[in-house]
Amino acid sequence: MNYDMNDVKKIHVPTMAELMAKGEQPDVLFWVGCAGSFDDRAKKITKAFVKILNHINYKFAVLGTEESCSGDPAKRAGNEFLFQMQAMANIEVMNAYEVKRIVTTCPHCFNTLKNEYPDLGGHYEVVHHTQLLQSLIDEGRLTVEGGAYKGKKITFHDPCYLGRANEVYDAPRTLIEKLDAELVEMKRCKSKGLCCGAGGAQMFKEPEKGAKDVNIERTEDAIETSAEIIATGCPFCNTMMTDGVKNKEKEEQVKVLDLAEMIAQANDL
Amino acid sequence: MGISNLIFALSLVTAIFLFRRNVLKIKRNIFLGRDVNRSDQSFLRWKTMARVALGQTKMMVKPIAGFLHVIVYAGFVIINIEVLEIIIDGLFGTHRVFSFLGVFYDFLIASFEILALLVLLACVLFFIRRNGLRLKRFAAKEVSGWPKTDANLILVFEVLLMGAFLLMQGADLALQKMGTAYYVEAGSYPVSSYLLFLFEGMSESSVILFERFFWWVHILGIFAFLNYLPYSKHLHIVLAFPNTYYSNLKAKGAFTNMDSVTQEVKLMLDPDADPYATPDPDSSDDIQRFGAKDVTDLNWVQLMNAYSCTECGRCTSECPANQTGKLLSPRKIMMDTRDRLETYGAEIDAGDDQENQRPLLDGYISREELWACTTCNACTDACPINIDPLSIILDMRRYLVMEESAAPNELNMVFTNIENNGAPWQFSAADRLKWKDEL
Repeated sequence: MNYDMNDVKKIHVPTMAELMAKGEQPDVLFWVGCAGSFDDRAKKITKAFVKILNHINYKFAVLGTEESCSGDPAKRAGNEFLFQMQAMANIEVMNAYEVKRIVTTCPHCFNTLKNEYPDLGGHYEVVHHTQLLQSLIDEGRLTVEGGAYKGKKITFHDPCYLGRANEVYDAPRTLIEKLDAELVEMKRCKSKGLCCGAGGAQMFKEPEKGAKDVNIERTEDAIETSAEIIATGCPFCNTMMTDGVKNKEKEEQVKVLDLAEMIAQANDL
Repeated sequence: MGISNLIFALSLVTAIFLFRRNVLKIKRNIFLGRDVNRSDQSFLRWKTMARVALGQTKMMVKPIAGFLHVIVYAGFVIINIEVLEIIIDGLFGTHRVFSFLGVFYDFLIASFEILALLVLLACVLFFIRRNGLRLKRFAAKEVSGWPKTDANLILVFEVLLMGAFLLMQGADLALQKMGTAYYVEAGSYPVSSYLLFLFEGMSESSVILFERFFWWVHILGIFAFLNYLPYSKHLHIVLAFPNTYYSNLKAKGAFTNMDSVTQEVKLMLDPDADPYATPDPDSSDDIQRFGAKDVTDLNWVQLMNAYSCTECGRCTSECPANQTGKLLSPRKIMMDTRDRLETYGAEIDAGDDQENQRPLLDGYISREELWACTTCNACTDACPINIDPLSIILDMRRYLVMEESAAPNELNMVFTNIENNGAPWQFSAADRLKWKDEL
């Protein structure tokens, strides 16, 4: 039957509520984040990641409409009240579902859930999607073919809240290696990596006046490596670097991609 | 005990007395800050101090400056053993009281001399680098004027101290060779033996005069330098140690939780809470403002950070906002905090209230600086002694937002959106899972 053929291709995104109704628990809660839920560019990352999880039949769920902003931008802007209101509401929802493990494609949510929720009663094992993907490859559950990325020059922009803030430097780089690509480092990388300019709620406001925008400075670092792809692991870095590449009129030569997108594409998902 | 021993004893006591008075004042100023508990994980704290302050691991990120700094630092620490001998000699009229150590004494004196020469050369190189090379972080606005003079004074001081030490050694060696009474033949002089020519053909009494002169210049110079520390950025040689011990051990991304806010939010979310209840008189005796407007709103670790900062500017040169021409400079945040704290302390000493004083916010640090921060932690990563300028920036933002509602307009809109839609943008919360349909 044709319907069955379609059904095989259909990608399931169960919510925690749906699983609970069936008396099931997922292996991991995928925290999508506001950018991943609403921003057109970031939604592609969300979809790519979900496709990978589906591809290997990884049991995950999302909160769906029960998810709310983690509170990161409020906290970094100094609005502790709003942050804690958000955090407590989210914790209440997640604790009700007895969430143990969370994966997220946003380093800001990752950092906040991992480091700032415990003080408010939210204790979870939180991983960034590049960490989960790496462990899935290590366990042999996910295989990655280099495919379209084989031999390509790729540079990795370290998101501040993944790198310096939580010292995750290796997982994304391992994924680039798995793609059989050539990793070229920017002159400022890992703990010395320059910010894209979006953190601390800067994403949502005009920058203070200065000589240059931070994302332009960072894009210049990336272009200097003559990489064809700027890989990131953060929806906000992605936006900032994409804007930077456009500003430099390099869209034809340089693509900005999330590692989840690259792995999904390499696997023809 | 001669008159010179008496003069020496008086100078020593005065030096220690003045230093102690200033140290206590600094300690009082630091503890004007709010309490913060950093007494946990003492093993890890000792380890951090050993690695970062003693081991200078973060200095080595810039290898040339790091290497020169290690020389000056090692020289400073080791040559202090010699100062101990000088103090004993000065008090009791002995000469080279440790000379009975024999071969070990030779080794000590030789290493002091070699280190003194290396320190001298390193300081000359530092001086040239600071004044001749026009490094961007040494040419910034916040370090013009007194900070620049301070930096150069420290280097000149050290060159003079090391110079006086080596000349004193040279004159001593000349007297030892003349067989002058009192100048025992002891020690090994790999550097000052090259200075002997200076004293050639001089009478014994002139050489004694030179020896005594350099001896006094060296030790009085050290006393003066000791008392210069509390007024100088050079205080880092002392405070680097407690500063690293009490530094933040959590992940850099973990910003502090405000417990005072937690209490209020819990009340707001508690359906059984009585909104008209009078506050518990025992718990609300210490009403603090949210965030920081002035130095006394900061915690004592942040204030100690300010006194520990030696204005090297590594934070500022890594700061993305500063690199792209914004007003923000994390180093200036620390310098402003110390400047403000010192005027605050001076007002207390003068018995005045702080009414006419300019507070840290707006008086020293502008809002434009605070809002330029991306909270990227490059500054805290760069600091060789784990100073945390970002925590001060955050606390001041907290004051602006929660006490004055003075966030930039775009951010106020973000707050409203998060409150109403659970997202920083104006999307409906009901649409959160719409992406699923696009798969």
